[in-house]
Amino acid sequence: MTVKELAEKSGFEALNLGEEGTRDITGIYCCDLLSVVMSKGFSGACWVTIMGNINAAAVASLTDMACIVLAEGAAIDDMLIKKAEQQDISVLKSDMPIFETALKINGIING
Amino acid sequence: MSSLKFHYVVDKTDFTRAGEASSDVKGKLRKMGCDPEVIRKVAIAMYEGEINMVIHAKGGVIDVEITPTDIILVLKDNGPGIADIEKAMQAGYSTASENIRSLGFGAGMGLPNMKKYSDEMNIDTVLGVGTTVTMVVHMK
Ligand SMILES: Nc1ncnc2c1ncn2[C@@H]1O[C@H](COP(=O)(O)OP(=O)(O)O)[C@@H](O)[C@H]1O
Ligand SMILES: [Mg+2]
Repeated sequence: MTVKELAEKSGFEALNLGEEGTRDITGIYCCDLLSVVMSKGFSGACWVTIMGNINAAAVASLTDMACIVLAEGAAIDDMLIKKAEQQDISVLKSDMPIFETALKINGIING
Repeated sequence: MSSLKFHYVVDKTDFTRAGEASSDVKGKLRKMGCDPEVIRKVAIAMYEGEINMVIHAKGGVIDVEITPTDIILVLKDNGPGIADIEKAMQAGYSTASENIRSLGFGAGMGLPNMKKYSDEMNIDTVLGVGTTVTMVVHMK
């Protein structure tokens, strides 16, 4: 499933759609510690996190993840969105906690 | 065969640009058709080193050399140095402040990640003078 399809089906607000949301999602990954995400994040991952600062963009880009989903209505830094626009990274926003957010995404892409 | 060399200045305590040097190297390796697993190793090792320079050493410089057989990363800072390298290498050990941790850093996994994802690593550090970390990732 593509990022755009996920955004439509989940109702999560798309703060930015990189590459028009055409990236394919290969799996779901949840974590907030950036060093752990760097080593465990995988290409095509849908990354659910509360880290709404600019560094999330660098980590998503370096690990080649498909999109970032900011859960828990996390505070989102404008710099993150600006960076996401520059680097073609998709960012979605969910008001639910991380687990419920990931569960919902799982239901949509694997259900 | 010749090698390619790149030089980066890592801004002191500028989180908004942290990771730019690593992203740039990743892009270059990708354009060169480098093996994706090699690119991944370089991206992780270099990003962690770059972040350490920003959060622990007020910035520094990175020299990258790409040869037909290796990618050599030399990260040099004039920060406080590392008092106990063995301790610093332990997973989970971190002196990062609460403020830094709230940004998602300070898991104490940086140096262990650098060791894990590089094929060779050497740390040269002098208290009060600075730290030079040299890492080599072999091409496949
Ligand atoms: N370039 C550096 N200059 C000074 N101290 C450093 C440097 N790199 C690492 N350190 C020290 O080693 C510790 C462990 O580093 P690391 O494993 O990357 O964890 P973290 O960065 O999450 O604290 C740091 O908390 C810091 O005390
Ligand atoms: Mg670190």
